[in-house]
Amino acid sequence: MNGRRAARLVAGISLLVAATLLLPVTFLVGQAAQVGRTEVTRLLLRHLTGMLLVNTVELSAVVTVACAAIGVTAAWFAERTNLPGRRIWRAVIVLPLAMPDFVVGYAWTSVAPAIHGLLGAALVMALSLYPLVYLPVAASLRTADPAVEEVARSLGDGRLKVFFRVTLPQIRTALLGGCLVVALALLAEYGAFEIVGFQTFTTQIVTQFRVGFDSAGACALSLVLVMLGVTVLAGEAVLTAGKRTGRPSPHGTRPPQPHRLGAAAVPAVAGFGLLAGLAIGVPVATIGYWMIQGQRSSLPSTSIAAAAGNTVAYSLPAAALAALAALPVALLVVRHRRRGVILVERATYLVQGLPGPVVALSFVFFAVHYAIGVYQSPELLVAAYAILFFPLALIAVRAAMAHAPRELEEVAGSLGRRPAAVLARITLPLIAPGLAAAFSLVFLSAVIELTTTLILIPTGAHTLATAFWAQESNSSYAAAAPYAAMLVVIAVIPGYALGRYLHRAPSERTGSR
Amino acid sequence: MIRQFLAAALGTIMAAGALAGCGGVLDAAAGQAQAITLYNGQHEETSQALASAFTRQTGIAVKIRSSDEAALAQQIEQEGQASRADVIFTENSPALEALQNKHLLETVPAATLAGVPTAYDSPRGAWVGVSARVSVLVYNTRNLSSRQLPTSVMQLAGPAWRGKLALAPGETDFQPVVTSIATAYGRRAALRWLHAIKANAAGHVYPDNETVTADVNSGQAQIGIINHYYWYRLKYEIGAARIHSALALFAAADPGYVLDVSGAAVLRSSRHRSAAQRFLAFLVSKQGQEIIVKSDSFEYPLGAGMDPSPTAHGMTPFNQLHPNPIGIAALGDGSAALDLLQQAQIL
Repeated sequence: MNGRRAARLVAGISLLVAATLLLPVTFLVGQAAQVGRTEVTRLLLRHLTGMLLVNTVELSAVVTVACAAIGVTAAWFAERTNLPGRRIWRAVIVLPLAMPDFVVGYAWTSVAPAIHGLLGAALVMALSLYPLVYLPVAASLRTADPAVEEVARSLGDGRLKVFFRVTLPQIRTALLGGCLVVALALLAEYGAFEIVGFQTFTTQIVTQFRVGFDSAGACALSLVLVMLGVTVLAGEAVLTAGKRTGRPSPHGTRPPQPHRLGAAAVPAVAGFGLLAGLAIGVPVATIGYWMIQGQRSSLPSTSIAAAAGNTVAYSLPAAALAALAALPVALLVVRHRRRGVILVERATYLVQGLPGPVVALSFVFFAVHYAIGVYQSPELLVAAYAILFFPLALIAVRAAMAHAPRELEEVAGSLGRRPAAVLARITLPLIAPGLAAAFSLVFLSAVIELTTTLILIPTGAHTLATAFWAQESNSSYAAAAPYAAMLVVIAVIPGYALGRYLHRAPSERTGSR
Repeated sequence: MIRQFLAAALGTIMAAGALAGCGGVLDAAAGQAQAITLYNGQHEETSQALASAFTRQTGIAVKIRSSDEAALAQQIEQEGQASRADVIFTENSPALEALQNKHLLETVPAATLAGVPTAYDSPRGAWVGVSARVSVLVYNTRNLSSRQLPTSVMQLAGPAWRGKLALAPGETDFQPVVTSIATAYGRRAALRWLHAIKANAAGHVYPDNETVTADVNSGQAQIGIINHYYWYRLKYEIGAARIHSALALFAAADPGYVLDVSGAAVLRSSRHRSAAQRFLAFLVSKQGQEIIVKSDSFEYPLGAGMDPSPTAHGMTPFNQLHPNPIGIAALGDGSAALDLLQQAQIL
């Protein structure tokens, strides 16, 4: 297979991936089309709509900026300094992704009942979503060439100046990608807002769905979210365009010289402690409190081991599938950046900004019409997870790919290596941190997925999230707590394992030579 | 560490695969002995108890899929003819009425419908009532005495309740109250009432009745409208010693005093209709109804043969309830209430 044929193959696979990712949007448009024009107008032109738009946009802006600040700061300290206890922090700091939003919302409203409205929603969401920025940025810091920074520092630039002039441009793709998925996730968030009493477009849509039994109306309202999503995507495309991200030196990256924090280690550790305390400590303490309450439960307890087994069995392959599927799309958009290619890439993000129930019903629709044999099978649930969280995988792989030097691939190609060999021997080892971040992001998100899981899981089976929900929705908090605790345990493992793996040198990772 | 983890993960995946394989075999075996699938929006433990008793009696296996009733109803709608569900069992009538309006439900045989009083069945015979709950006031006993309580739901709109009322307007249990008020006093009065209670409940608008009940019990709010069973469940969960709240009934026939019926239906698309209808008949049979009485879902059995006077769990006897006479048909699929709630900008 020569280079051109390989490129065509990559483009073909990417198109297929994009088409799959657009299925929920297709469903939504189809459903919305069934709703009469007057009804759509009525739903959209209610007084509330203006307020909801303002709420949604305001919140997205505040939380995206907050997540960017927290995510980048945490990533820089965890990756570029000799922060005491780095290895533990790296595993702990991503945990909020695996906290069911109900736990987080409940925890905050119990700790501080005054938490309410925009500020309350912003606080809860920033503390839950910053890992979406942290993980790709940390992976990007791992792949970026530290030598450029070191040169700048040796020329006498201060740390802050080096950060803004050298480091920030290097992690740009990762940071913007993280912000993109944070903004999209906010468009679609529901559970946490319901608890802190903050109305957005999605809370309205879910009401239409849940109280009105009106999925068509919910889909019509979701068109507004699609438009907001397109705006966010266009904005991010403009910001990423034209800039080349920093690349590793053609000699391959080596571990950076960590900044010595010295006395600054104390406030840095305190900062990490505070972040962990707020983002993880508060919900985990709530889980612990429920557990020691020893209340009776009026519900049968699903075996925790069986639920954990299902959770892992569905989430692991989904994470691998999403990371794998992100590879060709990232390769295409980084190596062959053209208008058509950008459109294909952008199309794959939209699903992230759609409300859960709408996406879940779209899976029912397509499975029932075109693949009834796999309906409510584990395979379909795995595929659904991979689709739902594909955008997270893509931003991580894309950011890593932006660092991988094309020259190395070209040299290898000119030496007669086949494209597949170049990919396996050169590209993959270089972007391994990005693939790992993609895997973690998808895995952590999949383990707590509820809406689609309830609809697609094989009848009678449970995951930790569904078992938790069954108890929690009946106020059986004591019985629900062990499932949430198990979620935390499962979520720590990939963070810790991948952290150890990635912090070996790239040459060790490839295992060759 | 990683290797162990991966090994464990791989083991889990393989085990899951093996189980899925076995599932197929079991399905085939069960196919001969018949199995039905229940889409369950009701209290999970009660449904499981009902299903196992049914299986013991008939040999028909019941596969249970539990979720939120609204999600189940819309899932069934999307599934259409291909639906895997044979029976749907919900906590409230509007979900069933919505399915019936879309012609997705099979008519229930007259013998089954006769198992419960006609008032609690689908007006068009598409589903059968199984159990019921009633909307009541829950109040904090440290802050309020029973003499201070309103006798009508309309009084909750008064300025005396500002900052004291807790509300879960998004719950499917709240719409019937709104529909009932609109039926009794008209849409405009209902809208005025909604605006007023929205102001009174500022800061205490919650996603669910569980939270309303817990917050009234803890004293964060002083009064709320809930279905009675939430309070009994809370008491069961945390123990009587930590209960600082009580229930109060509205005055007889008050529009706030609504009986909500939980019911079940067989789907038109079902491939096991006769087995599914047998399950419905079992739900309203004496045996099925007694399981509901004994369970801790704290609902009233609706079976015609049930003695309405005993006070299980200390609940007000069914024959001493005097709810508003609004019927199932008037409660409909809840869309009129949703309309009002949206107009009042509560939802």
